[in-house]
Amino acid sequence: MTISSASDLEQPRLPSLPVKPWQILVLLLLIVYPLMVPDFWRLQVGAYALILGVIALSLTFLAGYGGMVSLAQMTVAGVAGYAVAIFGVNSAALGLGWPWWVTIPLSLAVATLFATLTGWLSVRTAGIYTIMITLAIAVAFFYLVRQNYVIFNGFTGFAGLAPPPVFGLDWRAPLPFYYLSLGVAGICFAAVVYMSRSTMGVALQGIRDNPRRMAALGFNVRAHRIAAYALAGLIAALGGILLVWFNGRISPGSVGVDRVIDILVIAVIGGLRHPTGAFLGAIVFVLLENFAIDLIDRERFNTVIGIAFLAIVFFSPDGLLGLWDKASRASRTLAGATKDWNGR
Amino acid sequence: MEDKCSRRMLLIAAVAAGVAAGGTALAEDTIKLGALATLEGAFAVLGEDSMRGVELALQEHNYTAGGKKIELIKASSDASPDSAIRATRKLVENDGVKVMVGPLSGSEGLAVKDYAKTQPTVTFVNGTSAAQDTTLRDPAPNFFRFSTDGAQWMAGLGEYVYNVKGHKRIVTVAEDYSFPYTQVLGFLLPYCELGGKVVDRFWVPIGNKDYSSIIASIPDDIDAIYVALGGADAVNFLTQYEQAGGEAPLIGGSITVDQTVLGSKGRQRAFVKGTPSAGPISDTWDDPRWKKFVAAYKKAFPKGFPSPSLFAHGYYINTKAMLLGLDKVKGDVSDGGKKLRAALTSLEFETPTGTVKLDQNRNAVADIFLTEVVEGPDGNLLNKVVKVIPQVDQAMGMDRKKFLALGPVGRNNPACN
Repeated sequence: MTISSASDLEQPRLPSLPVKPWQILVLLLLIVYPLMVPDFWRLQVGAYALILGVIALSLTFLAGYGGMVSLAQMTVAGVAGYAVAIFGVNSAALGLGWPWWVTIPLSLAVATLFATLTGWLSVRTAGIYTIMITLAIAVAFFYLVRQNYVIFNGFTGFAGLAPPPVFGLDWRAPLPFYYLSLGVAGICFAAVVYMSRSTMGVALQGIRDNPRRMAALGFNVRAHRIAAYALAGLIAALGGILLVWFNGRISPGSVGVDRVIDILVIAVIGGLRHPTGAFLGAIVFVLLENFAIDLIDRERFNTVIGIAFLAIVFFSPDGLLGLWDKASRASRTLAGATKDWNGR
Repeated sequence: MEDKCSRRMLLIAAVAAGVAAGGTALAEDTIKLGALATLEGAFAVLGEDSMRGVELALQEHNYTAGGKKIELIKASSDASPDSAIRATRKLVENDGVKVMVGPLSGSEGLAVKDYAKTQPTVTFVNGTSAAQDTTLRDPAPNFFRFSTDGAQWMAGLGEYVYNVKGHKRIVTVAEDYSFPYTQVLGFLLPYCELGGKVVDRFWVPIGNKDYSSIIASIPDDIDAIYVALGGADAVNFLTQYEQAGGEAPLIGGSITVDQTVLGSKGRQRAFVKGTPSAGPISDTWDDPRWKKFVAAYKKAFPKGFPSPSLFAHGYYINTKAMLLGLDKVKGDVSDGGKKLRAALTSLEFETPTGTVKLDQNRNAVADIFLTEVVEGPDGNLLNKVVKVIPQVDQAMGMDRKKFLALGPVGRNNPACN
């Protein structure tokens, strides 16, 4: 008995980060993908889906691990985008024209601060009230930028925004921009996965499931939640900066209620249970947005988009991830008998 | 397990590559024409009518130009510049169109013009976007506007209001973005030149519902109110102003006293009678060319509007110009559209609203209609043509340099002291 328990100790069960072969395949595919396709598929499908995925990822993190559905994530991204436009160079002659190595960190800081304040305000609430208060913040920001001409240039917003030419490279060219987006998305994805396994992340999931119990155990529930908002804010801000570079412009329409809801739709159809969901949802969303009009050559293509989203949520409340699980469970049940036979 | 997964990934990769390859194939005897309008969002109804204009022009040409078949590919935006760029990029970079029509709204036009500069082999003609700087300042060499801008649409109105109507002191109420700025500029330039006074300017957000605070701050000692609001905004303002007991006569922007306002029920009907306005079309112009156009529109689209809107008209003219240009070059765009653009530059043609030609910045010089609201024989309100202002250019008859020196449109342009 003692010997066996000693051998157990020799092989401690690490909280492993299992990297399965198919995950490496997906990564390879993401890397070689832009080399096989024309510019449109690199930029407007590939890079755009990655950017929307990053912003949706911030919501997946908050909602999936923290149990807090925030509608202000697009707004945080918008704050970062506006900050880049205002501190940096733009064609409206209103920018301060600071160099990129000041502008980018400063924009990230401003947006993260904004997200932290949003969190500080909204952690006092739960459930539908969180949704309401974050929606209110999003709408208030939309109206602020639309009506303020001194700082935000009102309805017109800012144009002529581009990534800085670091290392002499035009980062807005399709191929570099795709890899830039992929890099940022990869870092954010890894950060969220790592976070979910850290002490802080586990505590956050505990708070999601039973805040009173966690409070009784001595965890500071509010501090954990606000910290989650701050981290999600940083992720959304990174996505927001990429988004203004992608569009080359930002205006109140970029942070309007439609766009705010889009992020929620992406996160929900992808599935909130795992960070992968945000990117799956973004891919489906971008493909539908681009090609639904070709499927049905009428003024009815928005109906196609709506029906597709409805169908996904109807057949799988867990989004696309849920469908995936169902499929793999079904195939496992089928293969189950054989595996048992082989004594696996 | 590994095998199955890798096979699945390969399949996905193959499908992705296949889809991508399919998108770039091009048949030689067809030309793809991209058309972009707002088929979603607040302007969806206007976008639908725009597409009718495109289809009407194509039907007249039997969907051929220069001996080649024209394939129409539609795209949609929601009136935001971001969505217009995404839709345009899809048409150009994925569907591979070499000629395209659009967009509809002012800020979209500015964005598409900037994008056009990055695609020198594609030829763009405008839809109805009417912001001034789409062509006036920093134009794109491959962006053509055969329709006129929001300031041109106001031609003749300032003089008419001051001289004939005798309104010497006015206030303006308009939405707070580029198109109404352009309209206010076009109206005020001649009006202030003559000595008219603007007591105050009110700017409201698009979609504003409550105008009570503005109505309360309109002074009593004014002669008229210039209103440049569109659709539901116009109806809301007029209803509330009438209910508040307002009595000042109105002056309308180009989309203020259109069919949505004239056709709506309520007491503001009597109130808008006699309102002067100006724009690129007039519903009731009894010219055979216009009547023929209206009849063709009604025949082709029984479910459309009772009469083509200025959006159907603008898209029709721009599409028509593109088709005529393609006819001239026998449908040959293989040289990156060089010949086509040369043909478009020198194009001068008859439209349902008179002759159209281009200026040096590829912006239309065209006739503008000065109208006034009257009651028709069957009790309907309609815009009657007072005068046709012939061949209005983008500088509105002013010296071009002086006009440019006024600066870009905005809340306080012109100063009007």
